[in-house]
Amino acid sequence: MNVSEYKGVFVFAERRDGAVQKVAYELLGMGRGIADALGEPLAAVLLGSGLKDSEAAELIAFGADEVILVDHPDLGVYMTEPYTKAVVKAIAERKPGVVFFGATTIGRDLAPRVSARVKTGLTADCTALAVEDGTRNLLMTRPAFGGNIMATIVCPEHRPQMSTVRPGVMRKLERDGARKGRVSRLAVEIEAKDRNVEILEVVSEKVARKNIEDSTVLVSGGRGLGSPENFRKLDLVADELGGLVSASRAVVDLGWVGQDRQVGQTGKTVRPDLYIACGISGMIQHIAGMEDSGFIVAVNKNSGAPIFEYADLGIVTDVNRLVPALAEELKAAKAER
Amino acid sequence: MNIVVCVKQVPDTTEVKIDPATGTLVREGIPSIINPDDKSGLEAALELKDQAGAKVTVLSMGPPQAELALREALAMGADEAVLLSDRAFGGADTWATSTTLAAALRKLDWDLVVCGRQAIDGDTAQVGPQIAEHLGIPHVSYVSELKVEGEAVVVKRAFEDGYQRIRAKFPCLVTALKDMNKPRYMSVGGVFDAYRKTIPVWGLADLDVDPANIGLKGSPTRVKSSYTKGTKSAGKVYEVDPKEGARIIVERLKEKFII
Repeated sequence: MNVSEYKGVFVFAERRDGAVQKVAYELLGMGRGIADALGEPLAAVLLGSGLKDSEAAELIAFGADEVILVDHPDLGVYMTEPYTKAVVKAIAERKPGVVFFGATTIGRDLAPRVSARVKTGLTADCTALAVEDGTRNLLMTRPAFGGNIMATIVCPEHRPQMSTVRPGVMRKLERDGARKGRVSRLAVEIEAKDRNVEILEVVSEKVARKNIEDSTVLVSGGRGLGSPENFRKLDLVADELGGLVSASRAVVDLGWVGQDRQVGQTGKTVRPDLYIACGISGMIQHIAGMEDSGFIVAVNKNSGAPIFEYADLGIVTDVNRLVPALAEELKAAKAER
Repeated sequence: MNIVVCVKQVPDTTEVKIDPATGTLVREGIPSIINPDDKSGLEAALELKDQAGAKVTVLSMGPPQAELALREALAMGADEAVLLSDRAFGGADTWATSTTLAAALRKLDWDLVVCGRQAIDGDTAQVGPQIAEHLGIPHVSYVSELKVEGEAVVVKRAFEDGYQRIRAKFPCLVTALKDMNKPRYMSVGGVFDAYRKTIPVWGLADLDVDPANIGLKGSPTRVKSSYTKGTKSAGKVYEVDPKEGARIIVERLKEKFII
């Protein structure tokens, strides 16, 4: 393989229910930096049915030099094989040097299938990407062993270099409506045999859920709270701060709250402006999901809890008595203003 | 119905610790387990066996001691086991691993292949879909419910914001989520039987695979470097009564203009 034939950076712009997902803009923000470091163009690849020019315009405003639209009735709802075929075709025609996918339940299904088909490497769940001086190889850094170790992976002799990137880790650019880019369309043939599974039912559950990754304030509870009743009192603090309640894995395993609120290696990566850890000891798996938060407050009765090593402010006290007191203090502070 | 379940033996990473002096993983005394997602995939296969009758074969690639994970699977109720073990397989990334497992699957009879979604040591979730691609069969990942209807599986496929119900005809591959069931324990009789069974060990010579596509040299990706995360310097810690603690927090949030 002549790696020098492969140029440009692709971002797979994930779209669900007719809406481009936030992770696509995050990937464009990060991909812009990689493309600039390489001196090569950045393209968003958008798959769907009935794609609108306005969607392409948004992707350009957030950093894409080009948007490649693949519009086909069979690409409306995610199905592995038609999506694989479309992405593989885009790679075959354009020969990008780098392809990024969001590390979502779609990206982590599609990217391995694509990588096996085009015979290239794939690095999962990256948290940092860079271009190596000299070789111009992509340096893909990811956590391993539950976040205990960070490994930097390269894919020197195969192209494209592919990775999935965790949602919530990269920053999107400021929207710039004046940014120029071009829109092109790519035709893909999808045959009946490519619809090789049958989707019987599609159920959306997002109405009932609030997304902890999107919240600027998280009040997070752990086993140290002692009971589900005490856990629910975190709402008092979250409400005063206009934030959401999240949780450690231990609490999710105990059934006090649903898994969609879980922060950590096996849960979600969050980086709110404020993270208040209540009764969370701070296992490394938890830390991996929240350590990039802007300001971390830890409350725990055990002064030896590892969470204090990561906190900007630590309070050693009875967390269940602090929580209502904190809600009162916050209410009073609000009244002063 | 024939089912092959792919399992990986992994260190119990919830117990992994870093040696503060050397900055390396402490492996001594860390128990090895069947990867949790894989174990739930095995349980799902065993439930199908209980309900409708099926032959369940477990397949693992790993060092010789991975035999222990296969013995555990047999003791849970699997019928047969195959271990893929050869120095030539070592150092493989997901692409080379899936190539090797696919080559072994070509030698086995199956209607359905079950993998775990991801292993807790690597967390990549890549090997299942890549095996399916190498075999040229459909796959469904993130499966939280599984049943068989005729010559097909009907599964619940989880997404962040909902789920799909999908029918996939045999032959196909699914990747299982650990939440889908609670794996059974080994039975006493099962343990006894498990140690009477022979587990064939297949090496490179047993597989029809290009040696250039396996192990470290068949891997497109390389680990360039690795490091343990340094902790940022800790902030100030106050040991105070709850009321004073609440007051300090609010004061600091004001200073930082967070409130």
